[in-house]
Amino acid sequence: MQLGSYDRMIENSVRFYTGYIQIHKEGYWKDKVIDNSFIYDPEKLSAVNQLKGVQTFVPRLESFALSSFKSQTKGALVMGVDPGREDELTRVKSKLIDGNYLQANEEGILISQGLANYLKISVADTLVLLGQGYHGANAAGLFPVRGIVKFAMPQQNNQLVYMSLQKAQWFYAADQLITSIALVIDDPDDAQRITGQIKNIFRGDAYEVMDWKELVPDLVQSIELDNISGKVMLWILYLVIGFGMFGTYLMMTAERQYEFGVMISVGMKRIQLQTIVLLEITMMTALGVLAGITLSLPALTYFHFNPIYFGEEAAKAIENFGVEAVYAFSLDPVIFTNQAYAIFIMAIVLAGYPIWSIRKMKPVESMRP
Amino acid sequence: MSTIIKAINVSKVYHKTTIPVHAVNQLSLSIEEGEFTAIVGPSGCGKTTLLNILGGLDQPTEGRVEVDGTDISIMKDSELIDFRLRNIGFVFQAYNLIPVLTALENVEFIMLLQKRGKKERHDRAMELLERMDIADKANSKPSQLSGGQQQRVAVARALASKPRFILADEPTANLDSSSTNNLLDLMAKMNEEQKATFIFSTHDQRVMDKARRIVTLEDGTIVSDVKR
Ligand SMILES: Nc1ncnc2c1ncn2[C@@H]1O[C@H](COP(=O)(O)OP(=O)(O)OP(=O)(O)O)[C@@H](O)[C@H]1O
Ligand SMILES: [Mg+2]
Repeated sequence: MQLGSYDRMIENSVRFYTGYIQIHKEGYWKDKVIDNSFIYDPEKLSAVNQLKGVQTFVPRLESFALSSFKSQTKGALVMGVDPGREDELTRVKSKLIDGNYLQANEEGILISQGLANYLKISVADTLVLLGQGYHGANAAGLFPVRGIVKFAMPQQNNQLVYMSLQKAQWFYAADQLITSIALVIDDPDDAQRITGQIKNIFRGDAYEVMDWKELVPDLVQSIELDNISGKVMLWILYLVIGFGMFGTYLMMTAERQYEFGVMISVGMKRIQLQTIVLLEITMMTALGVLAGITLSLPALTYFHFNPIYFGEEAAKAIENFGVEAVYAFSLDPVIFTNQAYAIFIMAIVLAGYPIWSIRKMKPVESMRP
Repeated sequence: MSTIIKAINVSKVYHKTTIPVHAVNQLSLSIEEGEFTAIVGPSGCGKTTLLNILGGLDQPTEGRVEVDGTDISIMKDSELIDFRLRNIGFVFQAYNLIPVLTALENVEFIMLLQKRGKKERHDRAMELLERMDIADKANSKPSQLSGGQQQRVAVARALASKPRFILADEPTANLDSSSTNNLLDLMAKMNEEQKATFIFSTHDQRVMDKARRIVTLEDGTIVSDVKR
């Protein structure tokens, strides 16, 4: 379940925001200003797009600006995007709760729900944006609100403003320029390899190519931390299961002491008896593991496609940490096989007890009623 | 006749640390091949303990037991079990049938361990069950049988594999006179035809009458040993 939540955290934070890999001008990540932008080069980008495992790319021009409506003012992150590409990757359109999505070369903007609430602005109102453009140019403009989008992650929901790339380039006086290219790739685990290949394409130029582990180090860290606590839980669970199994074996051995005693006195070799007991345990465990998987699979599948959302109160608290308030479940088969191995190893190790007790058993004593 | 089992100065002491009970005390006994011997004596005199020691099921505290001239205390456990499987039939005082198996399976069990063929096992087991008048209960579990019925199954189990010698602990204790006669006939027949050696403990006068040697125990020692 935790592993499912991680996939989801990565998806939310990375796929729907930073992308798995980003290309910027050298130095942009440290100093995210519009002056650290670069010229959109279609040739290089089509080369990147052809790399194995790269789904697509999203050019963006991002910078901060002051947003204002009537008497309310708040800092906003203005994202100039290609509406078609942006939606293809980050599914912004599906997060629309009011109004319409952006058209290409659109005059208007999308505003995130948290920011809209703060400014008390709604669809068809006009937002004022003030900021600093490329090389110190003044940036100011009036933008009609076309739609309101709602994000799960609070940092996004409270400050994002989307407009078309052209409009943003006009607003920031940054013709042809972009600040970042975000890439979506098939498998997050491939990020490092693809990053290396992109560095080859952009070799010699002043670019920086970063994968998601560099882009969101806090997320990686918190996943690792959470993973450790998850592992501790898992070991406690193993301990509980282990004791349960040991108890069962203990009972089984005690209960069948008489039977075993008779078998040995009439001529059954201990090794034969031990083999049978081991076989029984293996079969019992196999049955148990299979039953466990078959029973849990429907539930896990259900929760995989219908994740558990927290109640409102808890959700608020959790979202304050910048995490989407949802428990997601992974269906990765590796998780099942690993658990099955773990249980089997435990069963075999614990089977040592009945095996040992058969070895030590004195038939006359164990046959005594 | 050759000596088949020999107990030399055997003692078995229980509760060594608190109040010692000498179940068997400094006892020496030789059993010849083909003997038909009854061990008699009051309850608690050590009959069960002695039979267990003679069959290698229990270890004496002192002394040793020789089977075919071999000291069984120096035999490996697995060798001893194998020896029991191939040579000894036990009838336990408490029957000691395997609770999860049917009467028929209990009787077949030893032959199964001896890797006899399926048909041979089945036929021989049914034959013995019939001799003991219990064939109609072949598919019953021990828990569904009366004490006497269990005892007859236990006897069938011990005799089915035609062992060289049979150690029977009060095999007729719960039998009516017709079953007792059946059993005595069967034992006498096996004794004559197969030269099987029988050692049994008993309180039963009818059994004692058939015995050709009567060893009387008291407090773990032999007080009389009569051959006739
Ligand atoms: N496991 C044991 N622990 C302690 N004492 C035992 C144990 N088994 C037997 N004894 C004691 O050893 C003595 C001999 O017991 P045993 O069972 O050999 O007698 P028995 O002659 O077979 O009696 P019965 O005719 O009642 O079957 C008895 O005094 C008994 O109390
Ligand atoms: Mg007894």
